[in-house]
Amino acid sequence: MNGIHDMGGMHGFGRVEREENEPVFHAPWEGRVLGITRACGVQGIFNIDESRHAIERMAPVDYLDSSYYERWLDRNVRLLVEKGVITREELARRVAQLAGGTDPAPPHSDPRLLDRMLRVTRERTPYRRPGPPPKFALGDRVLTRHDVPVGHTRLPRYARGKPGVIVRVHGTFIFPDTNAHGQGEQPHALYSVRFDAAALWGESAEPHAPVHIDLWERYLLPAAPQRST
Amino acid sequence: MSGAHDEHGHHHREPESVLSLRVRALESLLVEKKLVSSEAVDRLVSAYEQDIGPHNGAKVVARAWVDPAYRARLLADGTAAIEELGFGGVDLRVVENTAGLHNLVVCTLCSCYPHALIGLPPVWYKSFEYRSRAVREPRVVLREFGLDLPETTEIRIWDSSAELRYLVLPERPAGTERLSEAELAALVTRDAMIGVAAVKPPAVGR
Repeated sequence: MNGIHDMGGMHGFGRVEREENEPVFHAPWEGRVLGITRACGVQGIFNIDESRHAIERMAPVDYLDSSYYERWLDRNVRLLVEKGVITREELARRVAQLAGGTDPAPPHSDPRLLDRMLRVTRERTPYRRPGPPPKFALGDRVLTRHDVPVGHTRLPRYARGKPGVIVRVHGTFIFPDTNAHGQGEQPHALYSVRFDAAALWGESAEPHAPVHIDLWERYLLPAAPQRST
Repeated sequence: MSGAHDEHGHHHREPESVLSLRVRALESLLVEKKLVSSEAVDRLVSAYEQDIGPHNGAKVVARAWVDPAYRARLLADGTAAIEELGFGGVDLRVVENTAGLHNLVVCTLCSCYPHALIGLPPVWYKSFEYRSRAVREPRVVLREFGLDLPETTEIRIWDSSAELRYLVLPERPAGTERLSEAELAALVTRDAMIGVAAVKPPAVGR
């Protein structure tokens, strides 16, 4: 999709502002949102690609007007409602109950959930899957598709329809474009593709600044073969 | 839900923000449905506040600086090499800075970042400014960070678009030959492992 999240190369944003001695969380609620998200993730309530796409589906004005963890909260509510886990009315009622000083939820302890949530920080979540062998090899010249998919994709807009070179064959990985939409994992080859800055930005490109993007084979076409005469 | 996190030591009680209340309500609903335990959230938050941070990645960098065989394994297969040091949770590719070559990591589409090694990303990494500009004008962005690279230095930008994460292996600063591995690790910063800073030698006078 041509989403607001797809920001690579956009003009108009200013200096990168840094905060000295930045805390891990700027308010306690941010950590709660992280924990809720992790709990949903390890229990398979939504997958990483559905999760990213839910943020991409925010209204662009809201996206720009929200902080990072506000976007996460919006995503969690959106997906939990869509998946029938909660309703917006139920959430509004609970807000009113808490504002009135009552929390009707009995405490719930789940050591196994805790273990799974913490384990993700140490053990790799497997996104590699067996799949068909790669069609491209190191050094192959490719051209990215310039489709405008309506759904989730990890081919950034700034790299559509651009020539690049395969610099690494990563293996076969779950395909986000289908996994985000309940269309299965459809694992296939993932590559690191190098793009010369001039191919992406034309005359305004900085010198010696190639961009590398991890791209699935379905985003790529073989570049027109060199005619040998 | 426990409520232990409700007040967080605010003695002058300000009215709770709409956001905070909404998050508490969501947590309460999910606790009621037995999908979340507040204790588990508490523990995860404290893990990110205390245990998981750039000091982990710094150990990996220092080991690579003192052990050439480890460095070679790290560059060939980052995932396996960090597991040797007890770190994991990430499919990792390590990219090395050398004379004339600098690496810079960004995620233009969201905020992918090697949490397991350097903790949660700072706000600037997730900002629209960094995400939009790092790929298009990396030299200008790096100068804002105080890193002015010669025109002849190649800057390789890594836009993290898949379930693989990138970590920069910075150059070991000159004059650190006599430092121990632990002393070296203490020099390595988060920003250097993202690629927006160089590692500085220790202050004179040690």
